[in-house]
Amino acid sequence: MSNAVSALNGQEAKGDVTVRELGLTGMITLRGDFEDENFGAALSQITGAGVPDVRHFVQAGDFTVLWMSPDELLVILPYEKAAETVAAFDAALKGTHFLAVNVSDARALISISGDFANEVLAKLSPVDMSADRFTAGMVRRTRLAQVAAAFWMLPDGSYNLMCFRSVADYAFGLLSTSAKAGKVGAI
Amino acid sequence: MLILHCPYCGVYAEETELHAGGEAHLKRATIGDSDEAFEEYLFMRENKKGVHLERWRHANGCGKWFLCARDTATLEVYGTYPAQTTEPPADIVAAITAKHPGWSWKEKA
Ligand SMILES: [Zn+2]
Repeated sequence: MSNAVSALNGQEAKGDVTVRELGLTGMITLRGDFEDENFGAALSQITGAGVPDVRHFVQAGDFTVLWMSPDELLVILPYEKAAETVAAFDAALKGTHFLAVNVSDARALISISGDFANEVLAKLSPVDMSADRFTAGMVRRTRLAQVAAAFWMLPDGSYNLMCFRSVADYAFGLLSTSAKAGKVGAI
Repeated sequence: MLILHCPYCGVYAEETELHAGGEAHLKRATIGDSDEAFEEYLFMRENKKGVHLERWRHANGCGKWFLCARDTATLEVYGTYPAQTTEPPADIVAAITAKHPGWSWKEKA
């Protein structure tokens, strides 16, 4: 079997704000009816997390569950657990209207950390990134310059960003250029 | 710059996150309908200078379609509402009527 490799193989651009591709990470798209008690029960039984609030995420052990839309979640987990976790969702939700797909190799995950990480994103997305508006625990699906992306703020103040694998190099270039250009100080 | 509130994820999305989807509240012609009904459904569209009801998609966002009442000339937005509605809700109609007394949308009040 061939070796799995992430989009940018852990590429890093160090600086006042460091941009780093996070390597192989498990990602599962989970769609269904959040109101259905089977759905909530399966989610908490398998991940230990409940359904997150609108545009927020919850963390439980190895699992992070992110709100993507009114009927879509993203489950982030260790890469090697993705296949068995999809199988667990398939078994737990059998007979209901749902979808669980392993998208680990279709996406890329990039970390943005440092004291003006919010500005690095603000320069690239139409999102209010001021410290009191975008806070830890929040998720935003938006665009990063010309490509679709989602990012969220972790408790330590850094951000993780997800994009399609095919545009990972473009997204990394944008973020590292924005970081290198420095702090604007406008927000 | 047009900014619309997405009723699904709550974001006040600016134009570059959105994709326009044309006229709202179209009724699909179906088996047994006349040629005229199909022509109406497939080709005939409102092209207002003024109050218009439109479909929009939060494309670079939650991905959902929603509906919007706005003025195509002034860009004033009267409100947005979920796509699972067959006619503009009462609060939207009231907001439009307050500015445009006697306003009506096709056969709907
Ligand atoms: Zn939305």
